[in-house]
Amino acid sequence: MTAHTHTHSHSLQVEDLTVSYRRIPALHHVSFSVECGQCVAVLGPNGAGKSTLLKALAGLQELETGRVLFHGRPMTGANQEFAYLPQREMVDWDFPTTVRGVVEMGRYLRVRWWRRFGPEDKHAVDDALESMQLTPLQDRQISALSGGQQQRVFLARALAQEAHVLLLDEPFTGLDQPSQDALREVFRELRNRGKLLLVSHHELSSVPEIFDRVVLLNGELIAAGTVAEAFTRDNLTRAYGTRVFSRVSHGLAV
Amino acid sequence: MDWLFEPFQHVFMQRALAACLLIGFLNGFLGAFVVLRRMALMADSLSHSLLPGLAVGVLLFGVAPAGLFVGALTAALMVALGAQLLARGARVKEDTALGILYTVAFSSGIVLLSFVKVRVSLMHYLFGNILGVSNQDLWVAYAVALVVLPLLVAAERPLQLLLFDSAVARSQGIPTGLLNIALVVALVLTMVSSLQAVGVILLLGLLVSPAATVYLLCDSFPAMLWGGGALGALGSVLGLWLSYWLGVPSGACIVLVLGGFFCLAYLFSPRYGLLPKLWRARHFHHESLSRWEKH
Repeated sequence: MTAHTHTHSHSLQVEDLTVSYRRIPALHHVSFSVECGQCVAVLGPNGAGKSTLLKALAGLQELETGRVLFHGRPMTGANQEFAYLPQREMVDWDFPTTVRGVVEMGRYLRVRWWRRFGPEDKHAVDDALESMQLTPLQDRQISALSGGQQQRVFLARALAQEAHVLLLDEPFTGLDQPSQDALREVFRELRNRGKLLLVSHHELSSVPEIFDRVVLLNGELIAAGTVAEAFTRDNLTRAYGTRVFSRVSHGLAV
Repeated sequence: MDWLFEPFQHVFMQRALAACLLIGFLNGFLGAFVVLRRMALMADSLSHSLLPGLAVGVLLFGVAPAGLFVGALTAALMVALGAQLLARGARVKEDTALGILYTVAFSSGIVLLSFVKVRVSLMHYLFGNILGVSNQDLWVAYAVALVVLPLLVAAERPLQLLLFDSAVARSQGIPTGLLNIALVVALVLTMVSSLQAVGVILLLGLLVSPAATVYLLCDSFPAMLWGGGALGALGSVLGLWLSYWLGVPSGACIVLVLGGFFCLAYLFSPRYGLLPKLWRARHFHHESLSRWEKH
């Protein structure tokens, strides 16, 4: 896939977003704005609405109030430019498919239901596999992979889909250190290609080395901005109440 | 070769053979969806809830296939949709709701059939009789195959997305609700067409076993569909043939053959079988080493 050249800046604006489960709001009137080429951590304690935010952006949750603007236009319904990567435990890893099979699913909606895959589809799948370093593993059944490789399979699917905004729910959970490092590198490359990554994350100490922006939630928006601006002790205390881990202090911007 | 072909010199056996090929393939093909969507319990409930429909059909129209078809179809659809409605937003979950609905439907079917004056035995509907398949039954099966197979083949990719990851499928604009309903309708149609052959109780074996067998042998969704269909057809014909020579009920024989296939795959499948896995366990350090290196 050719590197995405930006003639204008793509922006994602969230305006006054409220999302409720059975009429109990999980996110209250959240507004922030991010741009493509950024790697954004969505932070907050359990139940802060991290997953809810990602799902709402993916079109999986109905919005009670507010709207989401992409390229300045309000989003309505499903959008191929957004790819939602589910938490690993939500995936049926025994599904009869291979690494390549999953990546091909990213093309399914670009090809009419009954049509065959064209050369450009094959090309897109090859490229996606290549850039996630999955080419040698492409014929493996998906359960025969390490946790980090499994994450990369879904990233490759998002690339094959030519998605612009990648929404990842806790991708670092359960990964060993080498896999975490590898995934961090992958994030960096995707960001350089102009993708926008929104990633829910719970390990505060690793935030500065992985992300360049944060959105801090606690049912409502606590802060949003660059790591230097928003990832401060003050904001974290407000988001997490009194339960801020002392060991994260070395990673904090002051 | 007489022993191979002799059974099929009889006209009723030829009809049974055609029914086996058709119904075996259809059920095996559809089985992939049931297995992967974990709908086996729902499928079982559906098949049992065909009974009151059959009873009403017999009461109203006599034993005419068309009447039976419509009766069973409505009953099964009502139970399927009823369970969905019951489960939606209620404290009782779908499997429990289905459990209640289908036992109630099944019981009312048994009660209704006891009022029927025509000479139909309950046993016939419970266990079926593929040797009694009429030309009309065959036409129904043809028609169902003509509707169901092209539908499933055309929608194979969106259906695969739905099965693999329904949340993502929905977010990408796939009409998941519609596809779910289409699956249930395809399931009910297939069941109704298979009823004469294997009966209400054994239906599930014909539906689930071939797909489960192929699931243990391959890692490809299309292979599971077509392989399940082929295995279903093959197993049904083999079961029919065996039942002729052994003089045992055909439906049960078919289900036993399909169950036998599954057991073989369960034990000996190179990738997912029990025995190869035990054998491989001794060499585990090799595998973990190679994984480590690929990392």
